[in-house]
Amino acid sequence: MSSANLIRIALGAYLLIFFSYLLGPLVVMSLTAFNSSSFPTVSPWACFSYEWFDVLFNDKHIRDGIYYSIVIGIGTVILSVSMGLAASIVLTQVWPKLRSTYYTMIIAPILIPGVVLGISTLVFWDRAGAFLGATDGSFLHGLFHNGIFLTILGQSSFIASYAMLVFVARLQRFDTGLTEAALDLGATHTQAFRKILLPFMRPAIASASVLAFLASFENYNTTTFTIIDYKTLTTVLAQKVRLGINPSISSLAFIIIVLTIFAALAFEAANRNKERKLAVRKGKASAEKSGVLPGFMTGNPAAIVLVLLAFVVIVLVGTAQKYSPEACKIQVREAKQVEIQQRIKELREARRIKDEARAAEEAKQPAQAPANAPQNSGAFGNVFAPGNLSEEEAPASDPAPSSGTGAFGNVFDPNNLNSE
Amino acid sequence: MSSGVAVDLENITIRFGDFTAVKDANVNINGGDFFSFLGPSGCGKTTILRAVSGFLEPSEGRVLIGGNDMAGIGPNKRPTALIFQNLALFPLMKVWENIAFSMEVAGASAAERRKRADELLDMIALGGQGDKLPSELSGGQKQRVAIARALCANPDVLLLDEPLSALDLKLRQHMRTELREIQQRVGITFIYITHDQGEALTMSDNVAVMKAGVIDQIDTGHNIYDDPATPFVASFVGENNVFRGKVKSVSGNEAVITTNRSGDLLTRITPAQVGKLAVGDDAMMFIRPEALELAPRDADSKTTISANVINEEFEGNSFSVFLEGDGGKQIKMSVPNLGQDRISVRGENLSLRYDASNAVTMPAGELASE
Repeated sequence: MSSANLIRIALGAYLLIFFSYLLGPLVVMSLTAFNSSSFPTVSPWACFSYEWFDVLFNDKHIRDGIYYSIVIGIGTVILSVSMGLAASIVLTQVWPKLRSTYYTMIIAPILIPGVVLGISTLVFWDRAGAFLGATDGSFLHGLFHNGIFLTILGQSSFIASYAMLVFVARLQRFDTGLTEAALDLGATHTQAFRKILLPFMRPAIASASVLAFLASFENYNTTTFTIIDYKTLTTVLAQKVRLGINPSISSLAFIIIVLTIFAALAFEAANRNKERKLAVRKGKASAEKSGVLPGFMTGNPAAIVLVLLAFVVIVLVGTAQKYSPEACKIQVREAKQVEIQQRIKELREARRIKDEARAAEEAKQPAQAPANAPQNSGAFGNVFAPGNLSEEEAPASDPAPSSGTGAFGNVFDPNNLNSE
Repeated sequence: MSSGVAVDLENITIRFGDFTAVKDANVNINGGDFFSFLGPSGCGKTTILRAVSGFLEPSEGRVLIGGNDMAGIGPNKRPTALIFQNLALFPLMKVWENIAFSMEVAGASAAERRKRADELLDMIALGGQGDKLPSELSGGQKQRVAIARALCANPDVLLLDEPLSALDLKLRQHMRTELREIQQRVGITFIYITHDQGEALTMSDNVAVMKAGVIDQIDTGHNIYDDPATPFVASFVGENNVFRGKVKSVSGNEAVITTNRSGDLLTRITPAQVGKLAVGDDAMMFIRPEALELAPRDADSKTTISANVINEEFEGNSFSVFLEGDGGKQIKMSVPNLGQDRISVRGENLSLRYDASNAVTMPAGELASE
């Protein structure tokens, strides 16, 4: 085998391991969402079932959690994107000697633990309320102790830094000559900002918004302190994990995964479509045409996969309306019943045998003691042998002294006391 | 269309910290002129332009446009439009939106803007290209769009910051003519910044030559070429042969210079320096390569130079002969190609003559670096 082949195989194996490490948990979790077993599990597969989606949608805590997560996410996007944009613009205009200090200060919240941010947000606004003389029941007091308000502020304090990093990267490619050109042509500073800089920043604003929303949606550390009497998805889930989970969480994960893939594919498809149109405008790719697929999908694998995925989801939802796992569940239940019956039978059988044995023992009591002797010959007098437990019950009612020959001469044998 | 607004710079000094970018510049630009600032990069010419357009305020002195002091008036309020070195077309706007941007910020309706943009597109011979993006245009087309965008603002003064430097040679030469035509058609004042003396000489009514923040000479292109005021101007504008020496005698606007290599030479004193040379002063004499010719046997020794040939190059329309000159400098002679096979042989000693009116002398000073 040539070394090139070897490398190729090794690379393939590496990729396989890497991707299964990356995606394996997601796949397993998605599968558990469709198992009727009441604990998220795959291996004893019970029944294919959609019931956990039902459970999920009927769970008020999770619904509330999602709702508030989205509300807080939107608030955080608005606040952190505008703060990040302002901070990045200031960075490009601040006196050069001050720039690195300013940058460090702006970036610091990323390095501060979320827990600290959460607590300090809580404390700060409480103190701010007190300082402003907000009495209990007043609007300010209510606002400064409102979980949504505080969570948006707390999360934005560090998400704004992430947003700023995105903006700084984009701003570095901005030609300030464009702003000057706009001013020179009679634009006010506001117009130059709105018509020149803002359109240039639009892609960065979009990606910063997505980043900020996701960071807000999945945040727990800060939120858990600032949320007070509200709940977000993360705090609800954390509570559930503490109190015991069921696969409805898996079904939520499945929905989130599918939505993510949808969004990514749609983005990619739209991008490719745009590129293709641009190429056609430049008259380069006009010859490339397929008679089978609509124009949107030509040379656009992302679009094809997107359509396929949409089809799969439609099929899933469609079967969910019709498909009922009841038959299977009854089967499983019956199978379980049978199994349980079997177990009970076995246990009874075992007990019967034991009882018989005991009866027989009781019948020939005097011969029992010497027969017992060799049994207690372990270093610790066989105290750890599981058999001892059931056995001890029997001798307890047994008035006959046992004459064990263990390492300690059975001095601790409770029966010794009785015999004296 | 507005025309003929004069621009005056009065004692402009511009400093950045300890660095003086422009020192005491006085320039009067007539209305409707095509005026160029010519100088090597870093000489402060762009700084002057930015002071005129309002992007920076001079540390001292005044900028007057049409007689009005521009102090405290921002770039968006001045009757100037600037064409940037990199053109600074708005990459996300279509060509027509670029052109009509000045109307957009003034609140004109889309239909009005489109109409005006189409007129200007026709003027710059880009009719029908308004819906393209700037990135879809060629270099020369972008150039013209930038000009149209500036003209759309109806400026009194158009400022151009080396707008042709990014173009290739052919296109640059074509755009020179085009720019000059546009200027004559719209009749407004053009202030043009360049380090290319060819551009400055072909297009301008008047040229200011700058060196390290100081304006050495302001004159027509012709006068700058023929009567340079300083050694810097003489050596920066066009090619020139320099001969160092001491003044032996002065009579009116003529002088005799004693050079190290070629003995006493008769020359003309450049008009700006007449009366400023005294016997015994260090002087520099400049003779253009095309003013030198092979000397006949009986030539006057006071206008004859003899030197050894180093090298000869064939340039197509002329031959360039390089000879050993003063202090390691080569003397270059340009001989028109009239069908000769060659002019000289390497190492040969040649006698060259010139007309005393074509040799200009001035007090010794700093030369432009090669």
